[in-house]
Amino acid sequence: MSDKPAIVEIEHLDFAYDGSPVLEDITLLIPGGDFLGVVGPNGSGKSTLLKIILGLLHPNRGSIRVFGRPPERARHLMGYVPQHAELDQNFPITVMDVILLGRLSKIPLLGRFGKKDRMIAEEAMDKVTILDLGNRQFGTLSGGQKQRVLIARALVGKPKLLLLDEPTASIDGRVEEDIYELLKKINEHVTIILVSHDLGFISSYVRHVACVNRRLVCNPTQDITGDVIEACYGGPVQMLKHTCEI
Amino acid sequence: MFEFFDVLAKQAFMQNAVIVGLLASLACGVIGSYVVVRKIVFISGGIAHTVLGGMGIAYYYGWSPLHGAVVSALAAAVVIGFVSIRYHQYEDTIIGALWSIGMAVGVLFIYKTPGYNVDLMTYLFGNILMVGRDSIPLLIVLDAVILLLVWVFYRRFLAVCFDEEYSELQGIPVVRTYLLLLCLIALTVVILIQVVGIILVIALLTLPAATARHYARSLGQMMILASLLGVLFTSAGLFVSYGPNLPAGATIVVISGAVYLSATMLKGVATRLKNREKLD
Repeated sequence: MSDKPAIVEIEHLDFAYDGSPVLEDITLLIPGGDFLGVVGPNGSGKSTLLKIILGLLHPNRGSIRVFGRPPERARHLMGYVPQHAELDQNFPITVMDVILLGRLSKIPLLGRFGKKDRMIAEEAMDKVTILDLGNRQFGTLSGGQKQRVLIARALVGKPKLLLLDEPTASIDGRVEEDIYELLKKINEHVTIILVSHDLGFISSYVRHVACVNRRLVCNPTQDITGDVIEACYGGPVQMLKHTCEI
Repeated sequence: MFEFFDVLAKQAFMQNAVIVGLLASLACGVIGSYVVVRKIVFISGGIAHTVLGGMGIAYYYGWSPLHGAVVSALAAAVVIGFVSIRYHQYEDTIIGALWSIGMAVGVLFIYKTPGYNVDLMTYLFGNILMVGRDSIPLLIVLDAVILLLVWVFYRRFLAVCFDEEYSELQGIPVVRTYLLLLCLIALTVVILIQVVGIILVIALLTLPAATARHYARSLGQMMILASLLGVLFTSAGLFVSYGPNLPAGATIVVISGAVYLSATMLKGVATRLKNREKLD
């Protein structure tokens, strides 16, 4: 692991939902500049972990600090890319309007979006190569395009930490590769935490992998071996194409 | 047939009706768009029906039923909003209970009010031709409040309707914003009751907006189009109902419903043709 100070510090964290444990005794330090893949089977608690880092859910025990403060007070430094399938696909909203929503926290209560906000939005659209889609209705886009829109929405808040929840769910292979290439470029300036249930692709792009299955089965400081992965998924898994740089 | 225009030119009651129709169209186009995209038709129905309780109580004590409607609509919006956030699992049932209790209380008070009870039917089904000129200033104020607040909070309402979780991350007070939106729905309900009555409020709140949605790319476009459709529906309803002496409210709703269903079917056919083109 790098020597850079940790920007996310999680210590002995427990989280239960309606009494049933979702996460147990998670301790994880994520250094600045990292590209961390959080993997684990469905229902393993990895999306919950993401929401705890965002301060949307609160741990029952243990501590979490993001940029040295409670998560709620670090939100302006974080960008979040949710799963686009959870959004209403028929909502009458243009791509430009979706992206501008990422600037809401930057304008005063009674303020309006100005030229500067639109310029920043266009910059972000250019970065994720959707500059020509600004006037399209969000719901009419393809899965890969929607994902890019949501990444742009996160980028206009100028985050130092980007969190993505299954960014390549319901996207086909080639587009998936494009998205990862894009994230790799973003990672030059921004720390990234990416949640995925699919171990295959992610390993060639991320710097570290954390396997979560209620507990942290493999810590990013360990070597990833077949045994560890099996322990995480509770059965044999198709082995990685690339070994992870640890 | 064109006797309608003659009456409109000369008679105050018809001029009032057209003015109230315009005010209602603006409110239902703008606020109805939120109701449709946020899918809170049932919650809005709950607010509308609970209002009868407030109108009945006001009527019994000799206060202005319109004032009673404003107070009870706002109270219903806050209570129902709180229930839908706090007891989300039982939302359906609790709102159903408030809905019917509100109506029952209204019926009891109106029944016990001495005198001839013609007003119950007016509250339930509205009578746009009977709206007094003295009610119009209050309706204008309500419209102005609604439009001003939507103008100020447009982006925040949009954010909360489209992606609540993300809005919270943006530091928007999601609960307070949602409650404010419900209060605006409550004020809209009060205006619409004058036109079509409590029972048919939901029709005007949803049909123009739902029709507009088929053709709008953004929420702003949807609001403008829905307001124009509202003007068209209310004016056409007044015009059509005058000659054969039909109830105006029900006529307006039938016209709105027919246009909505036709537009939805046309949209379905158009989408199917487009998909077939893509396959070819």
